Amino acid sequence: MVASTIGLKRVVIEPVTRVEGHGKVTILLDEKRQVRQTRLHIVEFRGFERFIQGRPFWEVPVLVQRLCGICPVSHHLAAAKAMDRIVGGEKLTPTAEKMRRLMHYGQFFQSHALHFFHLVSPDLLFGFDADPAIRNVIGVALKYPELAVQGVMMRKYGQEVIKRTAGKKIHGTGAIPGGINKNLSIQERDELLKDLEQMVIWSRAALKLCKDYTVEHLEKLAPFGSFDSNHLSIIRQDGALDIYNGGLRAITADGKKIFDHVDNQKYLEYIAEEVRPWSYMKFPFIKPLGPETGWYRVGPLARINTADFIDTPEAEAARKEFMALTKGKPNNISMAYHWARLIELLHAIEKIKELLHDKDLQGTDLVVKGSRRDEAVGILEAPRGTLFHHYKVDKNDQVVMANLIVSTTNNNEPMNRAIQKVAQDDLSGHELTEGLLNHIEVAIRAYDPCLSCATHALGQMPLVVEVVDVDGNIVDRKVRGVCE
Amino acid sequence: MPDNGRILVLGYGNPGRRDDGLGPALAAALEELFLPGVTVESDYQLTVEDAADVAGHDVVVFADADAVGAEPFSFRRIEAGNGSTFSTHSVSPEGVLGLARDLFGARTEGYLLGVRGYEFNEFGESLSPAARENLARAVEFLAGTLRAHSFREVAAQFRAPAPLAATSQGEL
Repeated sequence: MVASTIGLKRVVIEPVTRVEGHGKVTILLDEKRQVRQTRLHIVEFRGFERFIQGRPFWEVPVLVQRLCGICPVSHHLAAAKAMDRIVGGEKLTPTAEKMRRLMHYGQFFQSHALHFFHLVSPDLLFGFDADPAIRNVIGVALKYPELAVQGVMMRKYGQEVIKRTAGKKIHGTGAIPGGINKNLSIQERDELLKDLEQMVIWSRAALKLCKDYTVEHLEKLAPFGSFDSNHLSIIRQDGALDIYNGGLRAITADGKKIFDHVDNQKYLEYIAEEVRPWSYMKFPFIKPLGPETGWYRVGPLARINTADFIDTPEAEAARKEFMALTKGKPNNISMAYHWARLIELLHAIEKIKELLHDKDLQGTDLVVKGSRRDEAVGILEAPRGTLFHHYKVDKNDQVVMANLIVSTTNNNEPMNRAIQKVAQDDLSGHELTEGLLNHIEVAIRAYDPCLSCATHALGQMPLVVEVVDVDGNIVDRKVRGVCE
Repeated sequence: MPDNGRILVLGYGNPGRRDDGLGPALAAALEELFLPGVTVESDYQLTVEDAADVAGHDVVVFADADAVGAEPFSFRRIEAGNGSTFSTHSVSPEGVLGLARDLFGARTEGYLLGVRGYEFNEFGESLSPAARENLARAVEFLAGTLRAHSFREVAAQFRAPAPLAATSQGEL
């Protein structure tokens, strides 16, 4: 962090390509073109909490899906978990919990597949510095059509799982306070079983592709945007990776536990958020450590690092191989997010398989209720990381307070660190080529941030790159594409 | 009903973002008309798997909110393209057509219906009054086209009708 910006040159990348919504990167260079400061600005839509206030609590699991077109299921389920507690129905029936888990694994599967095949693979297959005109999903489709088809069909399969469990894409209503509104019919189950084995095969292949690439290019990837950090996720009682339910666990960069199995309802005793004047997005940190050292990473890398084991055989074998790279210690390589993400992809399809063969999905006991509460927290692991939903409800059943900490916000500081590391390593003293600018984007993309709070209507969001000199003049400007 | 083949109408946008919800609102209105041979879908945004659905149809009409286009709506033929945008979490209509062509060998005819909206920068589930008017005109137009005309002819001759004054206060 520099105290003064006088005499520095500003480089602006806006918005970040292949990251949803608006994002802007500012790189402050000094007169010798050395990187002095970097900042990721995310234009976050505010006011969603106010949008929810005054609405009946049972509407919230549907309403919160409006927050994000990329991961509506994650918000749907996090809100539903909170509302379970509001109605005293947090101990779900087996059918309800398994239906929700199936929905959630479907979401993970489609999200991770989309990210790898259509966001990351262009960088890996064509190289970070390749021409953006070919380094995109269409480029993959033309040169590696089989891979591109796999990505589309895996994404489609995950969406089918969601459709069978949550209902329509845009009005998903599967989870309701205290349970679920439908089970999975035999016909629906059989439909999903048809393509299951193909999905397992493709998941294995994708994991191998990513693992082999990472190992082969480790010398280049290991330092790329990397830094030591704490890691945070929820964790099952026995230490297994669990994306739906569990207490909070945080570990240091070398694996020491900061806290473990923290009751979700007490998250505010352990997590706080710092406001910085230059950013719309807050900076969460582990309270006992403070903002300077208490920031942490979430998402696939953090989850693989915090888990003691994975409860599906192929993903567990892959986890062991992954952890062996760092001799059992947490992996702090930013680019290892992709490998970790694909371990989770395989885990998700293994869990989908396990669930589809579970007769509880055809059960008819769908909803439970108990003693009414007026405050509740729902936490789960979204594909991009830990997601917090916190609500207060008055005696008229209206929401009077809502606080959300989304996955991308949890990774705010790490993304800024990753940009700074790449900028310092790759940009100092160099000309600002497309390839070098893309290095910044590659680092951000590792975290798979979701900035879809922005609308996407026609005519918005060109990619603009601007170089601004010490006097504030734009000395270079690039437009990489306009959404029409 | 003319033979337009298998038709897909795909309305997309976020109904929680005021006029960004014009696409799904159009899809919902059209769905209620139960037009034979027409499949109606809606989603928050276009994504890669839409290419597989598009490939299974002869004609696709993408319906989206338009922040800057003609009032009350625009309608044009679009060609398969690379769809290069700021993001591939979502894909442009041209990009979806391109993927349908390159991955599935489809020659689906694509059209883009852009319904002019005005309010995008806040949360809210209602459309602005002017957007509601535009939507009503767009639904009327699209239903009429589906019932009586070929898309190709209509797109070639399309002239945006004059917008009406925004007087309606009713919810769609």
